[in-house]
Amino acid sequence: MKHILSALVQNKPGVLAHVAGMFAARAFNIDSLTVGRTEDPTLSRMTIVVIGNDKTVEQVRKQLAKIITVVKVQDFAGLDVVARDLMLISVACPPEKRPEVLALIEMFNAKVVDIATKYVMVEVSGPESKIEAFIEACRPYGIKNMVRTGSVAMPRQTRAATQDEDSSK
Amino acid sequence: MKTPTAYGGSVAVPRLPTWLGSQSIINILLEQGVDTVFGYLGAAVLPLFEQIGKVTGQTASINDYITDCLNQETIMTQNAPQNTAPAKAGSQHIVDILEEQGVEVMFGYLGGVVLPLFDKIYDSRIKFIIPRHEQGGCHMADAYARATGKVGVIIATSGPGATNLVTGIANAMMDSVPLVAITGQVRTELIGNDAFQEADMTGITRPITKHNMILKNPAELPQAFREAFYIARTGRPGPVLIDLPVDMQIAQIPVTPPTPIELPGFHLRTRGHARQISLAAQAINEAKRPVLYVGGGVIISNAAEELRTLAQKANIPVTMTLLGLGAYDQGRDESLDMLGMHGSAYANYAVQNCDLLIAVGARFDDRVTGRLKSFAPHAKVIHVDLDPASISKNVNADIPVVGDAKEVLKAMAEEVEFRPREDWFKQIAVWKKKHPFRYDTNAKVIKPQYVIEEIWRQTQGQATIVTGVGQHQMWTAQFYKFSRPRQFITSGGLGTMGFGLPAAIGAQLARPGELVIDIDGDSSFNMTLTELSTAVQYELPVKVCILNNGYMGMVRQWQELFYGKRYSCSYLQNPDFANLARAFGAVGYTVEKKEDVAPTIDKMIKETRPCVVDFRVDREENVWPMVPAGKSLDEMSGLDIFEMA
Repeated sequence: MKHILSALVQNKPGVLAHVAGMFAARAFNIDSLTVGRTEDPTLSRMTIVVIGNDKTVEQVRKQLAKIITVVKVQDFAGLDVVARDLMLISVACPPEKRPEVLALIEMFNAKVVDIATKYVMVEVSGPESKIEAFIEACRPYGIKNMVRTGSVAMPRQTRAATQDEDSSK
Repeated sequence: MKTPTAYGGSVAVPRLPTWLGSQSIINILLEQGVDTVFGYLGAAVLPLFEQIGKVTGQTASINDYITDCLNQETIMTQNAPQNTAPAKAGSQHIVDILEEQGVEVMFGYLGGVVLPLFDKIYDSRIKFIIPRHEQGGCHMADAYARATGKVGVIIATSGPGATNLVTGIANAMMDSVPLVAITGQVRTELIGNDAFQEADMTGITRPITKHNMILKNPAELPQAFREAFYIARTGRPGPVLIDLPVDMQIAQIPVTPPTPIELPGFHLRTRGHARQISLAAQAINEAKRPVLYVGGGVIISNAAEELRTLAQKANIPVTMTLLGLGAYDQGRDESLDMLGMHGSAYANYAVQNCDLLIAVGARFDDRVTGRLKSFAPHAKVIHVDLDPASISKNVNADIPVVGDAKEVLKAMAEEVEFRPREDWFKQIAVWKKKHPFRYDTNAKVIKPQYVIEEIWRQTQGQATIVTGVGQHQMWTAQFYKFSRPRQFITSGGLGTMGFGLPAAIGAQLARPGELVIDIDGDSSFNMTLTELSTAVQYELPVKVCILNNGYMGMVRQWQELFYGKRYSCSYLQNPDFANLARAFGAVGYTVEKKEDVAPTIDKMIKETRPCVVDFRVDREENVWPMVPAGKSLDEMSGLDIFEMA
């Protein structure tokens, strides 16, 4: 089962290595890890997708929190979150297939960012399921290359979401 | 070279091929037609004002204002304003902070990139101990910390000096020992360049330190050192490593007052949640067969008194882990002694049959639990620990209490009530009678357990005992009954052979004038015996008792039990330890006959110099009882060897 953890960490050299090292040492399974700056220059936010059961993820969360340079850890399980993954994918696209492929791209609300005689590079962003679906849709045409960022996520702030949160307590 | 006209002939100016910078400046000022200069004296412009003074009398070119200033010159230099903050070298900052943090003894080994630091240490009042190997020094600092409760300090140079600390740091990490390790590092420009004696210590020690840092900005140095001490000793203690490039030691850093420690990622919750404590107390009051399972955390927290109050008020038997020995007086009836793989049968049976297991400052380590699925099958579990990550990591806690053992035990004791629990104590007494720790007391050969019992008798159970790792360590835990915290110093979590001798040295420094005995194995002792020189150099009268069976005893036992006695590579050819001790400058005895054991121990205790006693013990004696790997605590082997009716 995939869990999304969001960790606020100090923006210091070595913190990423420390977190990654801890996961490796304790044999936790990372599906994806992405880190970037926040509005506070001293802090970065790390979004980690972990594969494991509830007990494992609980231990992951506690071990993360134990690291001195990790300021706060949130487990997004049970929360309504917006999660997005971004992918750049190079799809084989000979001229005769181009209309099909472009139609597919439009259906997914994706963007063409590069075009060559036989390939087209597409930028897709969205929840993981959309990315996976686009990959499957492209597979028959042939995928030359692809790169993904991994998920970033933030809990929803809408009224409905917070009401759910209160009632679940 | 042409003499500038401005000076004329009335001022004696030496005709030099070069001009002093200050002279050139005056020349240029005059050349540029400057006739009025405004200024204020200070230390850094004295040379310039000196030159200005030499042109006194040149009223046509220099304004009288300057002359006035110059007349005030002597007054001004005396009252020179301190417009620069006082600064001192990084290394001086470090030594001053060490003294400020209350460090009285520290350990370390020299090297190229720590020379500036050691130069400042030369004038410090801190007692400095030089080991023969950095690993030994690290174990010394570790044991010193365990014995005193203070932060141990170890310094090593870069590269190999630092990597030699790795074992010692990992050892401190596993047993939650407060340690600050300062490793020199090459100059900041050379980092990452495969420089001479360069090693990525922050990378290497990341998994084995509570926190580590490399200092690249001199301004951060003082705060970083204060933070290191704070992190090492606060909450669950642990080793902190500071990687210190040599240019940081030399850099001039302004002296500023200390700022409060701000660590946004460091959270501490010492007072347990009141509701959880009440639930726990309620469970205790309802329990018919409770057991207190107590670990190193109780000793770290200095909670022995609160533990005794709770155990006696509520009437609960107490079992201890290897690192918890001494938390409860083993002379008392409620003590079940040590539990686990080589623990007592009565402790293991009690845990397996209890209906409430109260874990305090212990982490359900695999040496303690045996097969997890069948561990304490009938028990509700209360887990009191300062580290939330330890709770429900191995064994699910029904009533978790995150907090400091001392505070929680105190609060819990207020809510518990006495229960007689006669049946439970009767059952425990039956187990105790049927399965005490025992060995063949009639054997002609020297039994290692006999040596330990004799040491215990002759020291009245009051000595500070240190061990290496192996069979001798287990026998010590079984046969030397401890009565107070920090009396027993041993490597638990990492199980580091060679810990014994350097740890005895650290403990002796912590307790000058007291009796410190290292009960060691021959293979363990071999690993760090070079530290005998350290004991001799600093006149530390440590006593080393080698239970010499000519084997790596513990693994030989496993080879006997599980590998059909195929003793593959488990033996070492040993030197004559007594002779070796004498070569180092210590005292040495060899004991080969049973009747010499007691008299030699007596002589050893009275020795005022470091002393090694080589006891030639039974070569193939085994540690019993034993919970084999994969079995549950009540499936012990070796109980039938000396079955008592």
